[in-house]
Amino acid sequence: MSRTLSYREALHDAHFQALSEDPRVFLVGEDVNCYGGTYAVSKGLADHFGADRVIDAPLSESGFVGAGIGAAMGGLRPIVEVMTVNFSLLALDQIVNAAATLRHMSGGQISVPLVIRMAMGAGRQLAAQHSHSLEGWYAHVPGLRVVAPATVADARGMLLTALADPDPVIIFEHVGLLALTDELPDDAGAVEIDHAAVRREGSDVSLITWGGNLPKALEAARQLEAAGISAEVLDLRTLRPLDDAAIVASVSKTHRAVVIDEMWKTGSFAAEVCTRIMEQAFFELDAPLRRVCSAEVPIPYARHMELAALPSVEQIVQAATEIARHE
Amino acid sequence: MSTLPDQARCHALYRQMLRIRRFEERCGELYKQQKIRGFLHLYIGEEAIATGVIDRLEPRDVISATYREHGHALVRGVSMRAIMAEMYGKVAGCSRGRGGSMHLFDVQRGFLGGHAIVGAGLPIAVGLAMARKRLDQGAISVCFFGEGAAAEGEFHEALNLAALWELPVLFVCENNGYAMGTALARSESQTDIHLKAQAYKIRAEVVDGMDVLAVDEAAQRAISAIRADLKPYFLECRTYRFRPHSMFDPELYREQAEVSEWKKKDPLLTFRAQCETAGLLDEAAVQAMEQEIASEIEDAVQFSEQAEWEAESDLLKDVYTPRGAP
Repeated sequence: MSRTLSYREALHDAHFQALSEDPRVFLVGEDVNCYGGTYAVSKGLADHFGADRVIDAPLSESGFVGAGIGAAMGGLRPIVEVMTVNFSLLALDQIVNAAATLRHMSGGQISVPLVIRMAMGAGRQLAAQHSHSLEGWYAHVPGLRVVAPATVADARGMLLTALADPDPVIIFEHVGLLALTDELPDDAGAVEIDHAAVRREGSDVSLITWGGNLPKALEAARQLEAAGISAEVLDLRTLRPLDDAAIVASVSKTHRAVVIDEMWKTGSFAAEVCTRIMEQAFFELDAPLRRVCSAEVPIPYARHMELAALPSVEQIVQAATEIARHE
Repeated sequence: MSTLPDQARCHALYRQMLRIRRFEERCGELYKQQKIRGFLHLYIGEEAIATGVIDRLEPRDVISATYREHGHALVRGVSMRAIMAEMYGKVAGCSRGRGGSMHLFDVQRGFLGGHAIVGAGLPIAVGLAMARKRLDQGAISVCFFGEGAAAEGEFHEALNLAALWELPVLFVCENNGYAMGTALARSESQTDIHLKAQAYKIRAEVVDGMDVLAVDEAAQRAISAIRADLKPYFLECRTYRFRPHSMFDPELYREQAEVSEWKKKDPLLTFRAQCETAGLLDEAAVQAMEQEIASEIEDAVQFSEQAEWEAESDLLKDVYTPRGAP
């Protein structure tokens, strides 16, 4: 049996399952209890699991992320919800200086089995302090694992796998995906988080992306197909550790790649992906690599300007078309 | 002045403070010989606080501290060999040589660092208290930090969370008057740190941090109160650092006369005088302690000299936990 559900509902169901199965699990964050979660992910959970397991936090990102680290060190399995990646900068000290370092710095005595979820990404006219994409900053840091569910199945399953992970895992949930729907089997559950996934097979060009830009890449692939170009779409899923083998395999098949990334191009995660391709598959390439990233500007409010700042289907199609014709 | 306990306890308290003092004096020498590198922050002058508080804890309690934590680790029972070897950077160190002086860890003894971002240990201590409260009710989380932390947002966030969520945290502020070289009055509009805790509705008191018995009594009061109702407690221990902030500090920010004045309150000198007046300690007993401690330190140094370096091939070990581990 299966049913249709949204990305948001999948996240909710994953929390419900996690809280049901393990008494050590609790959810903490701003407005997760009474309000039901900023994006309604935790709606109803407090009624079922109580205020001790679904905990409203004051506006103290560093404080409650740090408390999550301590609770994880102490034997619990916290899920910390940070309202947006922009707000997570207030907790950067705890994430980078503590969560990521404690195991190594203690000579392997400590594990920090902490899950931090945060909304990210543009597209809802929330302007320059609620719309950014900084997942590459976190993927830069050894000691962290960074994942970006792009599908309803991954929204349903990645949280459970992250909770079973002994180290800190950061889950980036792109706000543009919350209303995405898909059909999932009733017994849908944990999914592996070690590998990238080919979301569409193709032979002429690889469109490599993750998270919120997967729907754009898939739409671009449909348009390219109509123009006679066969695009493969690779969803990286996990940004640290990066699945080099899947990237190399796709590029070795298509010999061309466009990397789509909502970060700014300068220092983008796309730059890391491109460099790995050049280091590991340079002689497979038949054309220069291309990147489609956000314009180098704080995300603006006005709808037309916001859209102009973000990677678009048109830009992806254009970049892929240009290199597909390159001999 | 507090009432003196029995002779055995007086000896134990004095011995513990003396052990920290002599150990750190040796660390300072080893630093000058470049056996110990990086930063080295000595606790000399502040020994009464770690001694008075940690001695009253149970094995199920957990401790987090700062980068000035050699004394706390020693009192908690982390082996002197493992601490010294850590400062040498050897694999036999309590953090396998990955942390050094600022990052001592010993999970078996509930000694959870060794945190060198000022103020950042407080939220972690709050989380440890959440875990203690749920998994072993009655166990507490103790957090040591300097008064400089009061300027950090994390101090205020952590105090609020501990009070709001009713968590068993003992906050111990080691107020030595200077955040590196910045005097308290130059960095805080309100220099009575305990009042900040009271503003969060946390029970708080000022303690003479140079008097081991005063610390010991305050710690007993605080710990029993926390165990009874699982709510936080705050001790502001007023103390003084006799040595520079770290070994790089030329001490341009304070007068020698001020240092000399505080040295009259040296916790070892004052406690020893008090015990001697009461006939509970004499020169022979002190000499016996000195000899025992000297040989323990010598053993730790020899152990560290001879200990192995970690193989470079282990560089990436322990960045992540092996899969399948808890």
